[in-house]
Amino acid sequence: MEFLTILQILDSTVRLATPLLLACLAGLWSERAGIFDIGLEGKMLAAAFFSAAIAFTAGSVWIGLAAGILASVLLALLHGVASITFRGNQLISGVAINFLAAGLTVVIAQTWFQQGGRTPQLASDSRFGNIVLPGAESTIRGIAQQGPLGQVYSELISGHSILVYLALLIVPLSWWALYRTRFGLRLRAVGENPAAVDTAGISVVGLRFAAVVICGVLCGLAGAYLATALNAGFVKDMSAGRGFIALAALIFAKWRPWYALSACLLFGLFDAVGNRFQNIQLGEIIVPVQFMQALPYILVVIVLAGLVGKAIPPRAGGEPYVKER
Amino acid sequence: MDKMPKWADVVLIPLISVVLALIVSGLVVALIGESPVRAMEVMVRGAFGSAYGWGYTLYYATNFIFTGLAVAVAFHARLFNIGGEGQAAIGGLGVAIILLNVAWPHWTVALLAAVLFSAAFGAAWAAVPAYLQAKRGSHIVITTIMFNYIASALLVYLLVNVFRVEGSMAPESARFAEAVHLPNAASFAGFLGFRGSTPLNFAFFLALIACVGVWLLIWRTRLGYEIRAFGHSQTAAVYAGINPTKIIMITMLISGGLAGMMAINVVMGEAERLVLDFVEGAGFVGIAVALMGRSHPVGVVLAALLFGALYQGGAELQFEMPAISREMVVVIQALVILFTGALDNMVRMPMEKVFLSIRRSREAAAQSQNPAE
Repeated sequence: MEFLTILQILDSTVRLATPLLLACLAGLWSERAGIFDIGLEGKMLAAAFFSAAIAFTAGSVWIGLAAGILASVLLALLHGVASITFRGNQLISGVAINFLAAGLTVVIAQTWFQQGGRTPQLASDSRFGNIVLPGAESTIRGIAQQGPLGQVYSELISGHSILVYLALLIVPLSWWALYRTRFGLRLRAVGENPAAVDTAGISVVGLRFAAVVICGVLCGLAGAYLATALNAGFVKDMSAGRGFIALAALIFAKWRPWYALSACLLFGLFDAVGNRFQNIQLGEIIVPVQFMQALPYILVVIVLAGLVGKAIPPRAGGEPYVKER
Repeated sequence: MDKMPKWADVVLIPLISVVLALIVSGLVVALIGESPVRAMEVMVRGAFGSAYGWGYTLYYATNFIFTGLAVAVAFHARLFNIGGEGQAAIGGLGVAIILLNVAWPHWTVALLAAVLFSAAFGAAWAAVPAYLQAKRGSHIVITTIMFNYIASALLVYLLVNVFRVEGSMAPESARFAEAVHLPNAASFAGFLGFRGSTPLNFAFFLALIACVGVWLLIWRTRLGYEIRAFGHSQTAAVYAGINPTKIIMITMLISGGLAGMMAINVVMGEAERLVLDFVEGAGFVGIAVALMGRSHPVGVVLAALLFGALYQGGAELQFEMPAISREMVVVIQALVILFTGALDNMVRMPMEKVFLSIRRSREAAAQSQNPAE
């Protein structure tokens, strides 16, 4: 395989890993505070639709991004009200939010644009363009004429949308906030032992709502990236299970930010390889493309089976906190 | 002492929740500029107004009874089986394998074999998540979600590479033999006006039999008692000598088997071949059905009928009011799950207060009548 081909695969790995990474970090914030969230998928989808719809209507991708984040945060707050205020089942609430987003986006899109549940194609000024870093080539011909190091710089490092760089920045930021600040310590404590945090006079409800809102913002970024950077517009069910792959990555990463980055890159690589080659021939054996698609899920089951290390979720995850007890 | 009478818990609260869900759905319809009343009329007429409508409504309801029972059985052991979708898909695989490879003389024998195979395949697909939950404590919700995706990839692979008819582009299996076609409603209830094209078939009765079976199992057998005890309190159940691994495994196998049997209705009864994505979200509707039906077979049948009507009515809605997308049904489904499942306490807490104050005022009245006590 040519060097440039490998670089191109890695390049699309980064592109495809970005929405996974943002959603995975979203899940990380929520679950670290003890709120299970299987509604990542729905929040992404809602954000994807509203970012594309508003970006098209307003002609500005930034207003679109804000609308996408707002939609996602509203769904996150619904999850918060159901699971924190009314102590409902967090898993059922997540399922409901996924369906709500899957249905509402198409219903609203149909009324708004009358194009069978999609938004119109976005023009380049209502999308996030690719940033060409200083000194990098942006044309295919220009890159092909460079040396290996220049190719790595131009093909892999340069030429992504701003949200890709933002997502990569949020990894150390999340690590720092969770492990090096007072807020992060308390937030993690709420996910492990909320009674202890309550005894110390800190609001469990407040911390959990903060975590849920952060989760909403990050899912909003993930959805906006899908509709306004990776693609040019919203189509029905465009999140296509990415919220669940992000959940898988979260378990694979054992709820830690840096591991989340590597897990998402790995799953992005599977996706990129599956897109480029339909079936992969390894000697006598042909690996079907469907196997590549199922690989993230299979890996998570293997991890959960305890064959590779042990994945221990935050101890108070999924449990509503009842003060009186 | 219970805060509420039983009828309020079983009937009143789910009813209020569903009404709330329908009101919010009506608001959504109003917001997109259509009349909710007219939409409701179209849906009710579409679902119940003709033998044609009833045929589809009951056909969908059959699917939802199976998947709803699957979720309900697991709920009794406080297990959340979100993998009905994958278990039903693999159940369909079992149906296709046994019907394509054996020359069955008559549909009755074939049906028995299909029941056995769909249930066994569905149960097998639930077995790994169940084992991981029982032995490794890995959350069954996560593993069953993962198994849904693995099932879907597996089915695509098999349909494209193994089952596909030579020379055909469509990812579907060959048609089953004429002898194994299940009789549809036109042949056993033609006097009610069902036409030959109706999808409603013999599997509907199978679903009702499954309901009776689940009722007997949960409330009339030792195993059912153990499942419910385990669901109420794991520690108490273990103290009473109930083996948690056994209960988790058996409950999930039954649950997966029920989900798998859904395939009989679609694959054997309607499509008469294995097709891609034949489950069409019925596994997830099962969650709403079980929540609304309070995990009781009677409730499951009623809720499945409601959702069957929603699916059929939603299809009609698309023809008569094109501004409302078919996805409106998914919105209603989401709201039912939200209100009956996640926001249960929002309805329950005020209702408990109401019943408590009624009881207090009654007791006060009783005391003022008999001051001697």
